[in-house]
Amino acid sequence: MRVLDVHNLGIGFGGLQAVDDFNLQVESGEIVGLIGPNGAGKTTIFNLLTNVYKPSRGSIKLTDVSILGKCSIPISDMNTLGKTPHEVARSGIARTFQNIRLFKNMSVLDNVKVALHNGMNYSIFEAFFRLPRYWREEKRATSTALSLLDVFDMRSMADVPAGSLPYGAQRRLEIARAMATNPNVLLLDEPAAGMNPSETAELLRTLRDIRDRFGVAIILIEHDMSLVMNICERILVLNYGLIIAQGTPEEVRDNPVVIEAYLGQQRGE
Amino acid sequence: MTVLLQLINGVQVGAIYALVALGYSMVYGIIKLINFAHGDIIMVGAYVVWFLMARLLFPAWAAVILAIAFCACLGMAIEKIAYKPLRNSPRISLLITAIGISFLLQNLAQVIFTANPRMFTNVFPGSIRLGGSTLSVATLVTIVVSVLLMAGLSFLVNRTKIGRAMRAVSEDKATAELMGINVNNTISFTFALGSGLAAVAAVLYCCSYSQINPTMGSMLGLKAFVAAVLGGIGSIPGAMVGGFIIGIAESFTKGYISSKLADAVVFGILILVLLIKPVGILGRGKREKV
Amino acid sequence: MQRRLFKTTGSRYALNFVAVLITFVALTLVSRFDLMNRYTLDILVQIGFNIILAVSLNLAAGFLGQLPLGHAGFMSVGAYAAALFSKGVDLPVALEFPLAVLVGALTAFVFGVIIGLPALRLHGDYLAIITLGFSEIIRVVIQNLEFTGGAMGLRSIPKYSDVPWTLFWVIVTIFLINNLIRSRHGRAILSIREDEIASEASGISTTYYKVVAFAISAAFAGVAGALYAHYLRILDPAQFGFTKSAEILVMVVLGGMGSLIGSVISASVLTLLPELLRGFSEYRMIVYALVLILVMIFKPSGLFGRYDFSLGGTIDSFFAGIRKKLLGKGKEGR
Repeated sequence: MRVLDVHNLGIGFGGLQAVDDFNLQVESGEIVGLIGPNGAGKTTIFNLLTNVYKPSRGSIKLTDVSILGKCSIPISDMNTLGKTPHEVARSGIARTFQNIRLFKNMSVLDNVKVALHNGMNYSIFEAFFRLPRYWREEKRATSTALSLLDVFDMRSMADVPAGSLPYGAQRRLEIARAMATNPNVLLLDEPAAGMNPSETAELLRTLRDIRDRFGVAIILIEHDMSLVMNICERILVLNYGLIIAQGTPEEVRDNPVVIEAYLGQQRGE
Repeated sequence: MTVLLQLINGVQVGAIYALVALGYSMVYGIIKLINFAHGDIIMVGAYVVWFLMARLLFPAWAAVILAIAFCACLGMAIEKIAYKPLRNSPRISLLITAIGISFLLQNLAQVIFTANPRMFTNVFPGSIRLGGSTLSVATLVTIVVSVLLMAGLSFLVNRTKIGRAMRAVSEDKATAELMGINVNNTISFTFALGSGLAAVAAVLYCCSYSQINPTMGSMLGLKAFVAAVLGGIGSIPGAMVGGFIIGIAESFTKGYISSKLADAVVFGILILVLLIKPVGILGRGKREKV
Repeated sequence: MQRRLFKTTGSRYALNFVAVLITFVALTLVSRFDLMNRYTLDILVQIGFNIILAVSLNLAAGFLGQLPLGHAGFMSVGAYAAALFSKGVDLPVALEFPLAVLVGALTAFVFGVIIGLPALRLHGDYLAIITLGFSEIIRVVIQNLEFTGGAMGLRSIPKYSDVPWTLFWVIVTIFLINNLIRSRHGRAILSIREDEIASEASGISTTYYKVVAFAISAAFAGVAGALYAHYLRILDPAQFGFTKSAEILVMVVLGGMGSLIGSVISASVLTLLPELLRGFSEYRMIVYALVLILVMIFKPSGLFGRYDFSLGGTIDSFFAGIRKKLLGKGKEGR
């Protein structure tokens, strides 16, 4: 089932065309790679998809399917344009950040529970006086958060402040937090950056696991070619804000345009 | 004619605000601190001149020069003792320290000079006739001196080596250090410069308003600070523009609406400008990278 | 491994309840039977006002992570609203006073929303300046209005505030704000302090929660104002200027941004300090300023940092410490 439909997306900063004519359709459970040299506009696309930047043109449509159970029938095609980033997050796009952005002084558990905010239902008044619904909802959220942490093998760290986690664990926690918003589409901005090979291999397993478990579609920006080639069913290559090639990992690897624009450049490094 | 007089009045007050605002703005530009003690430097400057002239019977020129030197040293000393240890601490701690220094200066002055106001002798007495109305010499001196100082400061910041160092340090301390700039000295110099200007402002202010007391710096400082923010904090031309806008607005409110509402109008303008252009009239904004 | 007395939420609640009850009864008895002189009682009440002010400002400054510099403005709004209410109505005191405090809180809340909506679009120092601007405008407007008594002040407000009432509102303030912070709403507020962009990306409406936290903070400042008005019986707008706002901020930062116990202790100490120094009356404010500067230089994160206090936990670790000492000594003995 199609969960994301991006049509002709573009944005310019001043005179510079940062992203132009970007089209992408993603099915649920699909893993799509977004690669390209530095400054090609990859993170800009994430910022456009989450409305951190307002696109100058184009459309982003989300199919509203509730993945964690209840209903799985498409309710409507929602256009996310004009929404604030938190509304986008609520309508099913979650993301991580290139330079990790955790709530450093909050515990690992609370980091995840922040993202469960909209899944909980009690008012400020009920919080003030700790009425029954407060206890019930908090208990439920804690157990949801803990079972999510289990998926990322982090339950034992639940009470540790997020800022004191080792680097790899911080990256994992960011993904766990993103998953807690119950997304249809998960955007990962260089999830393996700074990880050693065994951590990367572990990440690969985890990503497949959450895709299988929750049916979430994943779009990832990554420079680690072994990860991208291993996990992605489809890869988009970006250069100067334009898609210059797309296809299966094999197709992309053998595409001369890509080799020239991207892999060639890497060989020179 | 009264309109013109109000305007001249406004320009005079505005010039003083601008001189003080420059101190706020330069310090903010360089260490990102709202230096709440800056207003009290004005008070110190005023008391030094008063003490030298009224008690030690110094000639006016000597008293003014000594006061400028004293304030410059005081500014540097405050930075070295109280602000420098906190350079890598949360900015709020630095702000609280500045508030502490402000309390300290006010209360020291109260202990030394008592809370009773003192009379300040006008250094520039006399007045001249100008087409039917009179203008005091102090007013003219204020405007001329301020404009000269501001021109000099612009030259210093834009055309000299130390000015370039100041701009570099306010952009990026670490990089400036790598480029061989002595960051500590540059910051000290900035404080000296700002505090010296505050002393000049003190003299000019007191020549027109004659009374001095230990808390005179708070409101004057606050309005000058508003001027700095209005013009765009960290921007030197901004501080001047802001100073004149606040001065003129205040003068016209006092003249045509109500003297009681002047402060409200000043803050109202500030709020309006910040809501329309959050970085002030001539300020530059920085966008956070996501 | 360790024996803990107060492990369950229930037992901790019971303990806190008992502790609060004892304090409340003790202070009520003390004030009813004139066991303390008026001067001491006066200081106790002042401490209470300042605790409410500091704890409430901590919500906006320490937990939300903004820098409001106009808390005294909200205090004055609450004070005037409550005073005008109790001057205007004629009800039994037991009803009129709580209602007056609520009126003060609600009015301050409304002002918090009105001012917060535009002001919270700005960040950091700019927010400080704009809130300072708003509170100065509030002061000037009160000074120029007829029904607030203008610059002469508002007079002959009934005297309702006393030690028990103040203590009651102190407890209510701490209880409610503490509960708020430990809820989903509180986590949303904290997450804004930690990283606004990540908070927004996690589905939190940062604008909504900023305004909510700011307005709740204002509402409790209004509570303090209402108590203050019914204690002094006369309101002078000049008392709610920038200096008062700065004083409250000093209490919060000195205690530790984001530490409720820090705010409570620092509000108490900073209220007491000038009184204790009364012997050196001339120099007391100098000492006060010096203490402030020295604490900031040597402990920039405030006395308590982000430390959270729990009575049960403290008692448990106290006994754990004693046990450890005894055991340690026992081992040495062998």
